[in-house]
Amino acid sequence: MSKGILVYSEITSDDYLHTVVFELANKAVELSKKMEDAPVMALVLTKPDLINEYKEAFQKSGFDKVFYVVDERFGTYRTDLFAKAAVQAVKQIDPEIMLVGATCQGRDLAPRISTALGTGLTADCTGLDILENGKFAATRPTFGGQLMATILCKKYPQMASVRPKVFKPSEVDVTRDTVFIKMSVDLDDYVPQIEVLEFTKKLVCDLNDLDSAKIIVAGGKGMKNAEGFALLKKLADKLGGCVGASRVAVEMGLAPQAVQIGQTGKTVSPKLYIACGISGALQHTIGMNSAEKIIAINTDKNAPIFDICDYGIVGDAFEIIPKLLEL
Amino acid sequence: MKIVLCVKQVPDTSDIKWTENNTIQREGLESIINPYDVYAFESALRLKNKYKNVNISALTMGPKQAEGMLRKLIAIGVDDAVLLSDKKFAGADTFATAKTIAAAIKSKLSDFDLIVCGQFAIDGDTAQTGPSIANFLDIPQVTYVKEVVGYEDGYLTVIRELDSGFEKVRVKLPALICVLQGEFEPVRARINGIIHSQQVEIPVYGIDDIGLSVEDAGLKGSPTYVNKAYRAPQKETECVFVESCEELAECIKKCGGICE
Ligand SMILES: Cc1cc2nc3c(=O)[nH]c(=O)nc-3n(C[C@H](O)[C@H](O)[C@H](O)COP(=O)(O)OP(=O)(O)OC[C@H]3O[C@@H](n4cnc5c(N)ncnc54)[C@H](O)[C@@H]3O)c2cc1C
Repeated sequence: MSKGILVYSEITSDDYLHTVVFELANKAVELSKKMEDAPVMALVLTKPDLINEYKEAFQKSGFDKVFYVVDERFGTYRTDLFAKAAVQAVKQIDPEIMLVGATCQGRDLAPRISTALGTGLTADCTGLDILENGKFAATRPTFGGQLMATILCKKYPQMASVRPKVFKPSEVDVTRDTVFIKMSVDLDDYVPQIEVLEFTKKLVCDLNDLDSAKIIVAGGKGMKNAEGFALLKKLADKLGGCVGASRVAVEMGLAPQAVQIGQTGKTVSPKLYIACGISGALQHTIGMNSAEKIIAINTDKNAPIFDICDYGIVGDAFEIIPKLLEL
Repeated sequence: MKIVLCVKQVPDTSDIKWTENNTIQREGLESIINPYDVYAFESALRLKNKYKNVNISALTMGPKQAEGMLRKLIAIGVDDAVLLSDKKFAGADTFATAKTIAAAIKSKLSDFDLIVCGQFAIDGDTAQTGPSIANFLDIPQVTYVKEVVGYEDGYLTVIRELDSGFEKVRVKLPALICVLQGEFEPVRARINGIIHSQQVEIPVYGIDDIGLSVEDAGLKGSPTYVNKAYRAPQKETECVFVESCEELAECIKKCGGICE
């Protein structure tokens, strides 16, 4: 095993480096300080013509080494192809720790890598640390968010996945003299078993980019119908924010799955989260309780959402929001 | 087509009680079928209803009591079931669990075409057992499956729901799919089904039956281990209740929202 932390660097379907890469890089830089400044490394699988586009971003986010593998076919993610390439690359790099973003792609790929390498993977971590004995400690919620477990791994690399927005990217310039290393892997005997026939991009409400939103106005079952969600949209527009939803609201068809917040949806950490008609089940709050400020509107003064919010108003959202809009 | 349906019994996490020492009170904790595995079942059943000669075998690893869950599944449309139960399986992490299940499939259900799992389990929620099983069996996997479109000439077509959009994918069988929550009408057991479910014999296999070594199973076969477990910290905020919309607008402003 060689020293260092490897960050799997996902490329999105529109050819950008996924934002989670910068968040993981920042965490890796922090952890490496407790590891005698072990190198912070990236692995990226990309189309040949694109690698230069990513170089500056890698340098700025504090990577010491970037290992890249190029192939024309890396333009579209396919489990079998990426797993075959990534497993070979990780074997060659042989890192002590490997971090992967818990995105759809990361969750699909990471277990293939860990299983092929005979090591463990701790998924959806909310805390990462290096213990005094040098072991990598990954903490994650279990039991629907009620129990936290810190998990260690006997094998190498010690792998963990982390959802987007759980860690923050570095706010200061951490530019390093990044070394770029081209790797070759053997894909000659790759026979595609999975074929992507069609991709339809989701229209996540207009400009409703939850990930970068500073303010989120979220609705639950209590927002009842399309008119209720139209009110939320108006309030979000007024505040310059975006609309999010609880799982029940998504199941009722009031909002797309892409804006579901919680255990099986997104994790968000805006400056302000306004929860309207959301009871505050743990599976929901686990995805938003790191918001700087939380405000709740709910008819039930005993709703658990009030236990975690900064300001609350007991009342009917259908009366309160229109009044807010008029102010 | 032979389908293996992987299901898990999980504690009902919506009903957790804490002891004074902040540990989970396990006595009286209800076991339920993992909700996502219900969607996995529904997807398998749709295939069975749509095509001829589809056989669904349910498989679970767990305590002997899990047999009850398997019988319930048989009552609503599963054809047969296998229970993996052995003290030596205890304490398995996802790696060892996947290895055990893969070994059982290899030795007892090796003529499968399709393995169907739920995308998540509500207790561990790692979303990785399915892909790990696929890796041990050296077959492709498709995760985040929203809908199974159809089956033709040894290929399955499915629709995946991803962060950025929907992807229609064709995968060569044998393969494994992980199913997301979908819109399904819950299936009710019919009386014939219930009677049938009581008559079917459910084999229970232990470590020797599936040719797994002790080093590869349970706690011993698990690369990861829990170092520490504790109750999730509760956010310590005292909610300030306001009465009027004007006050609320003031709060929004204080929190960085401009209510113009
Ligand atoms: C495995 C698993 C994963 C899950 N993942 C998620 C997840 O990712 N995200 C998620 O959100 N949930 C998730 N859930 C579901 C979660 O447990 C809750 O069921 C869900 O969050 C509740 O949604 P809700 O608050 O909209 O609805 P409810 O709990 O029904 O709450 C509705 C609230 O609206 C209030 N209300 C009603 N009318 C009004 C009104 N006119 N004005 C103001 N308030 C009103 C009510 O008082 C109530 O508090 C998951 C559950 C499981 C088992």
